Amino acid sequence: MNKLQQVFASGKAFIPFITAGDPSLEITEQLVLQMAAAGADLIELGIPFSDPVAEGQAIQDADSRALSGGATTDKIFAMLGRIRKVCQVPIAFMTYVNPIFTYGTDGFMKNCQEVGIDAVIVPDLPFEEKDELRPFCLKYDVNLISMIAPTSNKRIRMIANEAQGFIYCVSSMGVTGVRREIGNNVEQMIKLVKEVKDIPCAVGFGISTPEQAAKMVEFSDGVIVGSAIVKIVEQYGVNCVPYVVKYVCMMKKAIK
Amino acid sequence: MSKGRFGIYGGQYIPETLMNAVIELEEAYDYFKNDQKFIEELDDLRKNYAGRPSLLYYAKNMTKDLGGAKIYLKREDLNHTGSHKINNVLGQVLLAKRMGKTRVIAETGAGQHGVATATVAALMGMECEIYMGKEDTDRQALNVFRMELLGAKVHTVTSGTQTLKDAVNETMREWTKRVKDTHYVLGSVMGAHPFPIIVRDFQSVIGCEVKQQMLEKEGRLPDVLLACVGGGSNAMGLFYNFIDDANVRLIGCEAAGYGVDTEKTAATMAIGSVGIFHGMKSYFCQDQFGQIAPVYSISAGLDYPGVGPEHANLRDLGRAEYVPVTDDEAVEAFEYLARIEGIIPAIESAHAVAYARKIAPKMSQDQQMVICLSGRGDKDVAAIARYRGGQIYE
Repeated sequence: MNKLQQVFASGKAFIPFITAGDPSLEITEQLVLQMAAAGADLIELGIPFSDPVAEGQAIQDADSRALSGGATTDKIFAMLGRIRKVCQVPIAFMTYVNPIFTYGTDGFMKNCQEVGIDAVIVPDLPFEEKDELRPFCLKYDVNLISMIAPTSNKRIRMIANEAQGFIYCVSSMGVTGVRREIGNNVEQMIKLVKEVKDIPCAVGFGISTPEQAAKMVEFSDGVIVGSAIVKIVEQYGVNCVPYVVKYVCMMKKAIK
Repeated sequence: MSKGRFGIYGGQYIPETLMNAVIELEEAYDYFKNDQKFIEELDDLRKNYAGRPSLLYYAKNMTKDLGGAKIYLKREDLNHTGSHKINNVLGQVLLAKRMGKTRVIAETGAGQHGVATATVAALMGMECEIYMGKEDTDRQALNVFRMELLGAKVHTVTSGTQTLKDAVNETMREWTKRVKDTHYVLGSVMGAHPFPIIVRDFQSVIGCEVKQQMLEKEGRLPDVLLACVGGGSNAMGLFYNFIDDANVRLIGCEAAGYGVDTEKTAATMAIGSVGIFHGMKSYFCQDQFGQIAPVYSISAGLDYPGVGPEHANLRDLGRAEYVPVTDDEAVEAFEYLARIEGIIPAIESAHAVAYARKIAPKMSQDQQMVICLSGRGDKDVAAIARYRGGQIYE
């Protein structure tokens, strides 16, 4: 069983997202270690991008804070090297295809393997373009996570068939960000996936409250929460770690 | 390999949420481009609404002054709404209407594409929302009011560099929020497949007419075609029907801003590298980590850090050349054309005029060039006055 399978093996998974380098890489390092200790099953770490077209305001702002703070792909890899000396929590990168492609996809995935990155999530790389990264992911044993959306319909079967690791179910239309109402056909989307393949499904986009998380895990294998955490980071800046930890504990408890 | 490739360039690098929308668009386009009724309706709109065919004007004074090649101006500035943008918009909005969409959204830089979209939306009774960077709503304030007058809602984009790139980001975000009843009228030969092909096809009427007009006037094809390139839609529209005519030189003029050796430039072909952004693989201005670079040009319409994928391929093949033109050169050409021919060009188009001034004198008198005058310059008059130290505000 690889590390990604373990994430979903022992119950519902809580997957927090933070942007690396927001507000600084030192704080990111502490956040990863402390969120892992607080029970995060997989940590989704954003490599900031100048033009994150799938993100709402909260994560757009986090990306620009991280970039103006000097975060780069190389510095993020170096930080992960430090983290891996003391912590083996599964980690997935979330970034756009350009930072990977321009870095050099081979070198990027090789570094991922070296620092123990288990998966990459790339929102602007749909099924049709997966060969851009997939050969390199296979070469270095990094899972390329597939996404499905409320508009996917018949595409779900095709996507699920070739998915690996887990499937990221985009709950709602639009970009990332806290929502009062989560899309109501997520359950149906997951049912379609499971008809094709026995693969874990984690739901993201819009989830912020324990109630929403508890509702989502009734029919899914885990929840991904980004904007709500990034907003805590924004509010408390360098002092954010205990507040984020408290939030992670609360959410983890809600999906037990 | 995925669809919509020009060599290694192009593709469909967009969120899953939008994939069915672009697939549906491709299917609709493939059907309607061969549908007789659609073709007739578009032809009628081009002729009776946009004022096509646009004139191919022999610029006698300019030719004499430069003393070399015979210069023709393709007068896209005389189209309804004042630029080539209407060609693409008529086609796309007509297509969207056939697809059952009731709402159109679009990005705009200089405002010309936004005005064209608002215009055709008004004509066809569609709801219309335009996204424009804050820097551009400031420097093109009159166009904002023009769009509102036409019934469109204009959103000022304050994220990122607050220019065309960010307007595209925001329009893409809006499309992922509401895709069912909404068509994104992309304004240039860029973005995910099938947009580069659709926009090129609708713009190719420019080159089609030029070919016919040159054969009528001169009995031969021109030696040089010149057009400005931001995303590259007027250039692609001019070049497309001449790609197989190997003796016709195709030259795209990029906005060099303060110069390609400065940070204040938007000359993607000169300083960019291959990347993947805004749905396509192409050349982009970016840093070593793939962060898109802030770019600069006096021209809001050329102030974009990428270029259409078909241009990237034409460049790699050596079929087209791309040259940088600075703000200074463009402004001088803007003033030059006004005085010598009594035609005020858009500051975008002035980049092509500037390069013509450089190469025409070196060409022989029996050679001919066609410059695409992609738009008229009324929108730029106040900005040029300010550039020259005047205090004129719209």
